[in-house]
Amino acid sequence: MEALVHLAYLVAMLGFVLGLKFLSSPSRAKNGNLIAAGGMALAVIATLVGQFYGVEISILKISLIFGAIIAGYLVGKRMSDRVEMTEMPQLISFFNAMGGGCAMLLAVIESRIDATPPASSLSLLWAGLIIGAASFSGSIVAYRKLSGKQKDKKAAWIMWTSRLLLLVFIAAPILYINGILPQELELLTYALLVLGLVYGVIFVLPIGGADMPVVISLLNSLTGVATALAGILYKNNIMIAGGIFVGAAGVLLTLLMCQAMNRSLFAVIGGKFKASKGPVGEEEEIEIKTTSFGEVATKLAFAQKVAIIPGYGLAVAQAQHLCKQLQSLLENKDTVVHYIIHPVAGRMPGHMNVLLAEADVHYDILKEMDAVNDEMNSYDLAIIIGANDVVNPAAETDEHSPIYGMPIIRAYNCREVVVIKRGMAKGYAGVENKLFGYDNCQLLFADAKDALTGITNELKVL
Amino acid sequence: MIEFFTENEQMIYFLVLCTFLGVELIANVPAVLHTPLMSGANAISGIILVGAILIMLKIDENDYLSLALGTIAVFLGMLNIAGGFLVTGRMLQMFSGKKKSK
Repeated sequence: MEALVHLAYLVAMLGFVLGLKFLSSPSRAKNGNLIAAGGMALAVIATLVGQFYGVEISILKISLIFGAIIAGYLVGKRMSDRVEMTEMPQLISFFNAMGGGCAMLLAVIESRIDATPPASSLSLLWAGLIIGAASFSGSIVAYRKLSGKQKDKKAAWIMWTSRLLLLVFIAAPILYINGILPQELELLTYALLVLGLVYGVIFVLPIGGADMPVVISLLNSLTGVATALAGILYKNNIMIAGGIFVGAAGVLLTLLMCQAMNRSLFAVIGGKFKASKGPVGEEEEIEIKTTSFGEVATKLAFAQKVAIIPGYGLAVAQAQHLCKQLQSLLENKDTVVHYIIHPVAGRMPGHMNVLLAEADVHYDILKEMDAVNDEMNSYDLAIIIGANDVVNPAAETDEHSPIYGMPIIRAYNCREVVVIKRGMAKGYAGVENKLFGYDNCQLLFADAKDALTGITNELKVL
Repeated sequence: MIEFFTENEQMIYFLVLCTFLGVELIANVPAVLHTPLMSGANAISGIILVGAILIMLKIDENDYLSLALGTIAVFLGMLNIAGGFLVTGRMLQMFSGKKKSK
């Protein structure tokens, strides 16, 4: 029986490998997800069968386990069915918190069962505990931040506390093994659990909202590591493999995201955005020009080639369908319409593509920033909807700007630019957008939804 | 330390190779797929559920607190798995739904 279980684990691991491989290629991603899910199902079933076979297990335990599995499935299904695509990042963060919480609980139970583990197991146990706890509470804070329930908090004490906690985490096992700390394992485990939770919170608190995807990816990878640690503890290969894959892939994904935003991982973790760069260049008064629905519609009617640059504002207003309507209308008039997607548009890399795909926008007219940035002057009109920092020329011109060096879409090179936004509020980075002062730029103050409806209506009458 | 290494040599090899494999597997992912990939990877980390099931069976029948914690752990692990895969599927569905309408 045991051999069969191990064989099943091997197949499950192959499922994870192929799943991840396929998930990173656009045409096969869907299969990849199914394969990985199949591997997971196989691993779980094999574990259940292998453990229950020929062993007498109380009804209580069986019903608890199956009850929890069914409940977990139902809740998970309900949450994933109901979620709006705009809320995707929060949900991923929430699910990640669940995984971290699971790892954390495992370590707590383990310390209750076995009061005197060998030193190596103890280190694994505590490492898993702390990482799991930090991933749990950190993901919850990230979840709350993304849903707008929690503001950033920056303070010197946070930085010092987190450093102090890191020291404690390293020192505790060493002191314990050498007999300096009291030998009550369970008690110490609880103490470390609380500290781990605190660490997770203060780890994420100072990090700006714009950096949240990076943090989620990082926390995701942490959960993977916690899983792998638990796997080592149980000498269970599938847990090690699954955990490490996620851990390694998560780190790489985190770095890729940082790259897309031109931020170093350390700057993100330090919550450094404005603070690190010293005084922001003098705040100049920017003279802005506003425009109206009708005017924009006229501009659109005369344009040959239009670029739509969507940002999170579009998603929040749920205006992607209206955007598609406008696009169809323009295409009927033989106008070329392209969507230009900044790598970090939306809340996560690729998030905007998902949102536009939801509205049935064709893949071919979604242009990646790098593909079109050098020929932006070929567009007659750029309409920027709910995006801000990603089109701010200050990133290229103003060395003092906190976003200096971030790759941007060179919308200012288009013949004309219309920015649709709700008010003069600043973008995520909290900096003035120099684009608004450009001669070819006009602003349309309206909610993305109202603006698109208005423009579409005007355009229909023209 | 060295004792630990010799005892678990195979496992450590396995660990190191898996790390590289994990990085290599997704090295060429286009930005479009970052979000689904993150979500899918997140679901895979739900394999911790296996650990939760294993520990449930080790718990003493009369240790109610541990039983309760174990049950919650199984629940959380399953929630992570089910939600993770389903939501990834939903996201990817949108990409493929569009292909059909071509």
